Amino acid sequence: MTTTAPAVEVRDLHKSYRGVEALRGIDFDIAYGETFALLGPNGAGKSTTIEILEGYRDRTSGTVSVLGVDPERGGLDWKARLGIVLQSGGEQGAATVREQLRHFAGFYPDPRDVDEVIAAVGLEDKASWLIRKLSGGQRRRVDVALGIIGRPELLFLDEPTTGFDPEARRQFWTLIEQLKKEGTTILLTTHYLDEAAQLSDRAGIVADGRLVELGPIDTIGGAAARVPLVRWIRDGVAHEERTECPGELVARLAAGGEPERLEVVRPSLEDIYLELVAK
Amino acid sequence: MTATSTTRTVVTPARIVRNGISRIRYEFLTYFRQGDAVFFTFLFPVVMLTIFLVAFSSSNFFGTDAAGHSVSAAAYYLPAMLAAGVLLSGLQNLAIDIAGEKSDGTLKRLAGTPLSVTSYFIGKIGRALITGILQAALLIVLAKVAFGVPIPTDAARWATLSWVFLLGVATCAILGIGLSALPRSGKSASAVVIPIVLVLQFISGVYLPFSNLPGWLQNVASIFPLKWLAQGMRSVFLPSTLKAAEVGGSWNLPGVAIALGIWLVVGLILARLTFRWIRKDG
Repeated sequence: MTTTAPAVEVRDLHKSYRGVEALRGIDFDIAYGETFALLGPNGAGKSTTIEILEGYRDRTSGTVSVLGVDPERGGLDWKARLGIVLQSGGEQGAATVREQLRHFAGFYPDPRDVDEVIAAVGLEDKASWLIRKLSGGQRRRVDVALGIIGRPELLFLDEPTTGFDPEARRQFWTLIEQLKKEGTTILLTTHYLDEAAQLSDRAGIVADGRLVELGPIDTIGGAAARVPLVRWIRDGVAHEERTECPGELVARLAAGGEPERLEVVRPSLEDIYLELVAK
Repeated sequence: MTATSTTRTVVTPARIVRNGISRIRYEFLTYFRQGDAVFFTFLFPVVMLTIFLVAFSSSNFFGTDAAGHSVSAAAYYLPAMLAAGVLLSGLQNLAIDIAGEKSDGTLKRLAGTPLSVTSYFIGKIGRALITGILQAALLIVLAKVAFGVPIPTDAARWATLSWVFLLGVATCAILGIGLSALPRSGKSASAVVIPIVLVLQFISGVYLPFSNLPGWLQNVASIFPLKWLAQGMRSVFLPSTLKAAEVGGSWNLPGVAIALGIWLVVGLILARLTFRWIRKDG
């Protein structure tokens, strides 16, 4: 059976904790095979949203469908189609990396090969180490490995690269690209905007329980937010100007004498994001 | 992009059992890698048996057998420590362990996988059973080899030991799962569970001879399963001359079966009602 319905469908999602509104009406879809990033400052409602989709929390109102199922009624067969990487916990870790993965692989109907997954997260050298003896970043890689071991159709990644060194992060990006090629739908939250820009097709920015922006990564913030910015200092006074033609402006400035600390900046996703959440 | 939107049935009863067995292996493996748990639940009865033996080595107030030989402290305390071992491996260990798993995120992770709660319970009860058997074997061998305690040879007593032990482990393990809901955090679990277990042991004839306790306290203890478990163990290991010291002058094995059976059912209902992978919105 084929369908064009989205993998994830969220409509007017509200969540209150003892009268305090954490989510004030969130709407978005994620198509099958798409990678969607949910961005926003701490406490904005990212984790609340993702945990409602994973079935860990009940919503106050609104409708949610994940792989065609309401997460509040999602059974074991539904969970078999998901991969979940939670924000890191403080587990005992008395099993080795390979024991842990082999054990979890057994829960799923069609798991990936344990050694392939260990290699994909770059833990070949640590496969027979107890998880509690690993560093924070290495334990995080075990979390990611456990998330993908069941060959999920939909993968939730809640701040997956916290504690990764730059090399591990690059390796993780390669892994995600591979999963995307295989058709895995991915919902990602992250504080690394370069990561979101690198990996995701679309992003939503959550601030104060609302979705303040939603769209393809390269249109987030609208065209105006992407206009290059020229900064310089003249006579001790800092200037900045947005212009579609920075070359022209720079030439004009240079004609009146060399400006100090001249720079032309194309706003990164991070700049746009910071402007959006500051509003 | 096309994809299946239907959810196939993949978590079959056969898989639930298979995962349960896989859990037992995993639980057993990880249990013995936690040093403190091994000491405080697994070796504790052995340590206590040794202490009682040393403390009461010159005492002969534990009665005499049919041939007139006095019963040694080690012989008297062996069944008590076997009962304590079942209580510790089952109730204390599981209650503290599960409360810890609840607060450190282990259960949250499992909740996100297609592992069924039944498989998880099979793993916990299976671990309690295997560690309980090892613990009992260690106690019995130590008592016989090191302390010269006479071990029964007749099949009837071993049959009694088997059912009392199995029923005891099942009941204590299920009650442990139920009790794990009581502590508010993993850190407070020991502080909540150990006093309950200690008090039970003192009033149920584990540390103190049951017949020395005042009648009202014996009545209170009779409400709880440990008193019956200890009594069942005494019936296996103590000479029948000591039967006279029991309530009603009898081992009352039917009473043991009924009391443990009732607590097993109560525990099952309690565990079913209180167990959650996570506290939603906690």
